[in-house]
Formats: sequence, C-alpha cells, structure tokens
Amino acid sequence: MNWRTPRTGGLALLAAVILLLPLALVNNYWYEVAILIGINAIVCVGLNLLIGYAGQISLGHAGFFGLGAYGSAILSARYGWPPAAALAATTAGVALIALLVGRPILKLKGHYLAMATLGMGIIISIVIVTEDRLTGGPDGMSVPAFTLFGMSLAGERVWYWIIGGTLVGAVWFALNLIESPAGRALRALHGSEVGAQVSGIDATRAKVGVFVISAMFASVAGSMTAHYSGFITPGKVSFFHSIELVTMVVFGGMASTFGAVIGAAALTLLPQLLTVLKEYEMVVFGAVMVSTMIFFPRGLLPSLMLALARKRK
Amino acid sequence: MSAQLAQYLLTGLTVGAIYALVALGFAIIYNASHVINFAQGEFVMIGGMATVSLANAGLPLLVAIPVAVLTAAAVGVALAKFAVEPARGASVVTLIIITIGASILLRGLATLVWDKKLHALQPFSGDQPIAIAGATILPQSLWVLGVTLAIVLLLGWFFGRTLTGKAMLATSHNPLAAQLCGVNVRFVLLLSFGLSASLGAIAGILIAPITLTSWDVGVMLGLKGFAAAILGGLGSGTGAVVGGLLLGIAESLGAGYVSSAYKDAIAFVIILAVLFFKPSGLFGKKSAERV
Amino acid sequence: MSAPQPVAQLSVTALSKAFGGVHAVDQLSFELDSGKVHSIIGPNGAGKTTLLNLLTGVYAPSSGSVTFEGSDVTGLAPHALAARGMARTFQNLQIFFNMSARENVMVGRHLRERTGWLAALLRFPSLAAGERESRDEAAELMRFVGLDDYLDADADAMPYGALKRLEIARALGGKPKLLLLDEPAAGLNPTETHEIDTLIARLAQSGVTVVLVEHNMRLVMGVSDHIVVLDYGRKLCEGSADQVRNDPRVIEAYLGRAELAPC
Repeated sequence: MNWRTPRTGGLALLAAVILLLPLALVNNYWYEVAILIGINAIVCVGLNLLIGYAGQISLGHAGFFGLGAYGSAILSARYGWPPAAALAATTAGVALIALLVGRPILKLKGHYLAMATLGMGIIISIVIVTEDRLTGGPDGMSVPAFTLFGMSLAGERVWYWIIGGTLVGAVWFALNLIESPAGRALRALHGSEVGAQVSGIDATRAKVGVFVISAMFASVAGSMTAHYSGFITPGKVSFFHSIELVTMVVFGGMASTFGAVIGAAALTLLPQLLTVLKEYEMVVFGAVMVSTMIFFPRGLLPSLMLALARKRK
Repeated sequence: MSAQLAQYLLTGLTVGAIYALVALGFAIIYNASHVINFAQGEFVMIGGMATVSLANAGLPLLVAIPVAVLTAAAVGVALAKFAVEPARGASVVTLIIITIGASILLRGLATLVWDKKLHALQPFSGDQPIAIAGATILPQSLWVLGVTLAIVLLLGWFFGRTLTGKAMLATSHNPLAAQLCGVNVRFVLLLSFGLSASLGAIAGILIAPITLTSWDVGVMLGLKGFAAAILGGLGSGTGAVVGGLLLGIAESLGAGYVSSAYKDAIAFVIILAVLFFKPSGLFGKKSAERV
Repeated sequence: MSAPQPVAQLSVTALSKAFGGVHAVDQLSFELDSGKVHSIIGPNGAGKTTLLNLLTGVYAPSSGSVTFEGSDVTGLAPHALAARGMARTFQNLQIFFNMSARENVMVGRHLRERTGWLAALLRFPSLAAGERESRDEAAELMRFVGLDDYLDADADAMPYGALKRLEIARALGGKPKLLLLDEPAAGLNPTETHEIDTLIARLAQSGVTVVLVEHNMRLVMGVSDHIVVLDYGRKLCEGSADQVRNDPRVIEAYLGRAELAPC
C-alpha cells in the first residue's frame, strides 16, 4: 500500500492525530474546543467539495447546518422520535430540500450564485427565529441526549470519539469522491465548464449532486451538535456562521480536503486565543482574515506545500 | 388608494431609497474592479456613527455631515489601497472573504472608537409629520427622497458627461482598452471606492434619524443593498436604483399585509424568485460565453 | 434530388443564429457523410466557430434544424450530444488546467465510466478496477496523439502545441462517431502542423467522421474529402478540394472584392 497518497497516508495521519490528541487535552474546556473543531471540519470538508473542487460558492451552508440541528431537535424533543431515527430522517429531508433548491440555484454563476445561496441561508435563519412554537425562537430550545441501543451518549469525552470518528469518515468519503469519475467531473467543471459539457458531463446534475452531498455533511454535523450540546440557538444558523464556514475552507486551502480540516482548526482556535485581547478581538480577527487572504490567496496548506516543494528543489 | 396603502408605499420608498444608494455603491465598485464589496454596509454605519459623535461633540450638522462623508470616503480609499489592490487577480471567493474580513475589522474599530450602544441623530428639519393623501410622512423621509434623487441625477451627469465618469465606465467595459487609451485604471479603482463609500455614508446619515444607528447597522443594510444591486442586474446604475426602490416597497407592503416577522426575509424571497426566472437580474446584460 | 442516396450522418437544414441583429449563421444547409474528412472554411467572421458551437449544442440555434444519425438533435445540450457520439476541440483551448494531463483525458471517458455518487463515496471495488482501466486507456490515447512525454505532466505545465493534442485525446476518450476540430493547427509551427495532418488522416482511417475548421489551406486541401465554404454566415459553395479551389466565388471571398482582384 502506498502511504504517500492522501487516501492512505493522509487519512492515517488524521486518525493518529485524533487518537493522540486527548493526551494534550488537559480539561473539559479543551475537549469542547476539539469537538467544535471536529464539527466545523466535517462541514468544511463537505463545503470544500462544492467550493474548492466544483468551484461553486455557497454563502448559505449554515442554513443546512441549522436545518440539521433543528430537524433533529424538533423530531426528538417535540415528537419523541428516537435520536438516531431523527438524525436519519433529518439528513434525508435536508438532502431533498437541497435537491429542490439546488436545481434552480446552481444554474446561476459567480456573484449571482453567491447572492442566491446567501438569500437561501438568511431565509432559513429567519424562519427558524420566527417559528418559535417549534424552535423556541431566538431563545433556542433544549435537545434530549443521543441514545443508541438504550445507551445514552453524553459528555465531552464520549462525543470527542463520536465526532472524531465521523470526521475520519467524512474525510474518507471526500477523498474517495475526488478520486472517482464523479469527482473528476466536478473538478473538470471548475477547470472549464464548456469543456466538461462537451465531454459528456451533465453540469447541472453534477453541481446539484455535490450541493446535496455538501448539504448532508452540514446537516449531520448540525444534528450531532444539537444532541451533543443539548441546547441550540439560532446563532449557528446565521449569515455569519455561513461566512465563517466559507472562510475556513478558503483559509485552509481550496481544493484540498486536509486544507479544509486545517482551516477549520485554525479558525476555531483563533477566537479562543483572541479572547485575551477582549475588546480588540474583532479588529484582530478581521485583520488576520484580510492579511492571510492577501498573502496566501491559495490558502494555508497549498501555500505551505508549494513552499516545501520549492525548498526540496 | 387607501390611506394604509399610501402609508406603506411612502415608508417603502424611503427605505428603498436607502437601499438604492447602497446598491449604487455596489454597482460602482463592481464596475471598476469586478469586486463585490461586502464591506459596503460599514460605510453606512461609519456615516451615521461619525455624524452622531461629531454632532454630540457640539458641531453643527452642516459641518458634521461633510466631515463624516469624507471620513467614510477616506476609509473606502484605504480599503481599496490596502486590501483590494494587493489581492488583484485573486479568485472571486478570496476577494469576497477579504472584503468580509475588512467589514469585521471596521465593525471592530467602530466598537473601539465609539461603543456598542444605539444612537439617535436629530432630524434635519424637525419631526412634525406631514399629511399626504391620508398618509403621513416625516420631514426626514422627504430629505431621504430628495437627496437620493439629487444624487441619482448627479451620478447620471457624472457618468454621462464628465471625462472622469466616462473613463470609469470605459474601465468597466474593458480595463485593458481603457488603460491603452490613457485611463489610469488604478486611480479609477480608488475613486470608485471613495465614491461608493461616500454614497453609503450619505445613506447612513439620512436614515439615522429615522431608524437609529449603531456599530452593527451596516450588516443588514449592506446585504439588502447587495440584493438590490443583483435584483437590478449587477453593474447597472438604473438597475441598482430600481432594484432598491422595488425591494423597499415590497418589504413595506409585505410587512404590512403579509407578516411583519418575515419582513427581512421578503427581500431575499423576491431576489430568489427573480433570479430563478431571470438569472442576470432585471436590467443585467446576458453575457454570451465566447468559446 | 436523386432518390436513393446513402443517409448522411449529419444534416443541417436552414440553420440560423442571430446575436442581436447580426446573423452569424444564416439559413445554412448541408450534409456530412459518415467516415469522411469534412472541412468548413471561410474568411474571418464567416461564422465557422458559431456553426461548430451550434452543432455541438454550446449555442442554441435561432431557427433551423440539425439531424444526427437519423434523429433530430436541434437544441440538445452539449452533454446530450456527446452521449450520442459527438466530440470536439476548441479554438481557444478549454483544457482543465486544474488537473493532470492524464486526468484531462480520463474526463473524456466520462460517458463510459461509472459515475454514480454512492459508488464514488464508498469507493466500490468495481470502481477502483474501472479507475485502473481508465488510467491505462488514457495513456494509450495520449500515445496515439503523440503525447508520450507528458503522461505524468500537469496540464498547466504543458506547451501550447501539446495542449492542442491533449484536447484531441480527450475528445477521443468518448469514442466519438463525429469529431469536430476547431482550428487544430492554429498557432502551431510547420512540424507540429504536419503532425496534426497525419493525426487527422489516422483518425479518418479509424472510421471517425472528422469536421475540420481550419485556416491553414494546405492542411485543408490535403486531408479533406469534402469542403463547405462559408461567407457572412451563408454557404458560398461546397464540394471536393478541386471544385472549391477553382470556384470563382471562393477566390473572390478570399482575395477580397472586385477592387482587389488584380493581385
């Protein structure tokens, strides 16, 4: 087996990091941070398939994350569904919504696509805030713990392994997809849409397909967040969270699955580190965002790889 | 026409005029650089907040307003020079993130320079409502409509009649050709950011007496302005104005007759509906791909 | 019309395309027989590339119809036409510069590959086997067009002449019945042009119908069985190389109108 390919070596490295990280997690707070990184990374790995590989922007993926979180929360808390069934049904429901919305939206290009996805995300967020009988409105709602085969899954140390395992799975899915004919079709669309079409690629089908897959990644991460934290508020559905997610993808490096993971880790950690700056936090965060994008327009991981490759020569 | 309808239309026109000014800012920058400036809403915030703080410091409005507009313009030029220009040639997504980062930076600065409270600005000429067709309108709304109209006419003259304006239009159609004809493309970029920032600031000052202002007022106004610019068709000045007014009126009617809770969603429902049928907006040019 | 003729592979009837008020292609009709090399020539702006875009579904025609292999394909999307056996290259390259050369060719095989999402996400064993086959066949196609040296190259590191051939290899990946080449020799040096020349001849031998849009007259006259001459979006004339070469209308169109005739 060749350990230098992303699908073997990279995945093994990720698994090793997840296995060894608890040695460095000194208390529950850092477990929480690690879990948050994992959740964001799952969403970003999916979003990167859409943005980085297929070249289609979405400024509304927090909407799918929110639908996943609230779908699971409402089905399990209000209707008493078993959480596993709620998660499955919610994921399927979100996939269907993404399919229906994706068909007209993904015919748009560039800034028009940015506007449409942004609008979609904001509409979802407003619906969640407004329908307070179901969602608890701006105050949020509590969510029962996740149970599987009669076992209740709770606590940071349990969820660390659940999220870690899910992340490894998400990365594996993404790497598989990219190295398949369907994934090549996505990258071809990014390279030249008309070139892809005359090669027999149905552009709409390919774009909608990857949109649905990325929405499902976000939805599952949302469902898990709801059960893990036991309480959800509309903040995670907001326009800002959508932007945060896209920034993580671009920050880590577009069209790089591990870049998406690194971007999620960096931008989840950064605010934790910046809290010491108190009122200067926002200014520094904005400045870091702007300067990173100016100096590393391709993102952290690809820029790093390029620098390494140059050095080796 | 019922008095209620008239009231909704007047309210909608006032808000729509503000959206139109913000949308014009988007269009001008887009034309000069093909950048969507997500920090556009922050100019609105800077205009309002700067005027409030200067007025509170005892300056008369006639002095405070020009100073605030110039401040915003300077921030706009700085944004172009230090954030957009160094990233020329970066991908659309990268540029979107840069301007969003800049907007976070500007909001952060606003909380440092000012505070996180809501502020009121005194109306320009009293707050005695005026009755029109059974509805009432605030004098400040008349200021909004009047100033917007004046700006639209002024911009029409600027882009249609002056050499600088024509140079900016030429750059939007073909930057290379414009450069070969002696247009300073770099100057056009800085000017467009300065001009857009001024428009945003004016919008922020005009609306501050009606809706109050604060450090985060620019977020929604910026997004609605973007929606208006897209609705009209990116890069079209007429489109931006019409898009802004349409969104304002639709929002006001929707809030009045349908649901006030969903007021903010209406703009985005409309924009999605329009884009599904007209993917390049109402006045946008349909671009045929050359292969 | 004489009655029993071999059915044409592609027939175009009164095809028109207008951009605004300009008729780029105007009431064009012709037929192309299977297995031959057909060329479409004409002065700059005659509508050749527009015609190719109409035939391959990149543009939708304003009016008229296109019949391919006996069925009406007017207005079909490019990917649907590709599925029926059309493939093409572009005058200004449409290479996937974000991929390796070999991956570019593998994309050309898209229609013959297993493209389901579930199989891809879970990497079914059958898919992995298909991938190996795809890599091998892509290499074979690259060798066929003379790209042996670029098997492991990234597309964005290849010279122009090689990219032109890479597009041909990608187009062949779909095993097309009809291959449309838009100026394959433009920008190439004489040696490279000669290589394209032999490549086209080999393609024709293998049974593919070739439609060639080209400015290089020596290339066109050498390889074509049948030539259609366009001028201002209309058909000026058609026929064999000799017929076309000696047609006074063609000479006029190429050398300019009456006032330029003496030279």
